[in-house]
Amino acid sequence: MKKPTVELKLPILPNMELVATQTAEVISRHMNLTEDQGAEISMALIEACINAFEHSKAENNVFINFLIEDDSLVIKVIDQGIGFDKTKVQIPKIENKIGKDERKRGWGLQLIQELMDSVEFESTGEGTTVTMKKNLKH
Amino acid sequence: MSDFITSVKDNNSIVIIETNGYLNNVGGEAVSAVVYEKMTQGHKKFLINMAATKIVNSIGVSILIEIIEKLQEVDGKIGYYNLAPIVAKTFTIMGLTKYSSVFESEEAAVNGL
Repeated sequence: MKKPTVELKLPILPNMELVATQTAEVISRHMNLTEDQGAEISMALIEACINAFEHSKAENNVFINFLIEDDSLVIKVIDQGIGFDKTKVQIPKIENKIGKDERKRGWGLQLIQELMDSVEFESTGEGTTVTMKKNLKH
Repeated sequence: MSDFITSVKDNNSIVIIETNGYLNNVGGEAVSAVVYEKMTQGHKKFLINMAATKIVNSIGVSILIEIIEKLQEVDGKIGYYNLAPIVAKTFTIMGLTKYSSVFESEEAAVNGL
């Protein structure tokens, strides 16, 4: 039997990431995820959406697919932007930002990786898909 | 005052800023506007009561890093209290806890900053 899937199409408008987090909260409750797990998913989703909205230079909508598996929740955030090379993204450190000219932003990928159980990036010049997974633990 | 900031008060020469809602770029800029204005009046110690801020993003938190940097220039300090667990975890991942303080309550914050 096909696994339940929830699909969102978000326009690139301010705070639209919160639409995604509200959906994630409903799904997290449906899956009996812990409150902490639900909050971590929402935070990771916010960062993935912001990256898609701001950094991808995407002009169209951002698509979010929630795949409800037996033992995990898989979330795909898909944009049709210019893509990025993950190997060129430096791991941010606050020591390199405080009192230095380095820009203070650039934490999104780090937060997603810390908050989710696994993260994969597929990126080409025609778009990026971020696949994030949170395993169930009761 | 921004909708994100519900009150600003002084307690024992510490400026306490109470926030409400999503700490994004708009929320972060609202906090920095208050802090920078108070700094021009000579204030160097700030606390943020985040009891009503359950959700943040890295852009808003990055603005707090800018505030920490500005405060370091005048030997000032900033701390936070009443943090939701995910907000505390985000602050830890981003390293804010190395340069600023997290407290459990206003009393602990005022005494500990």
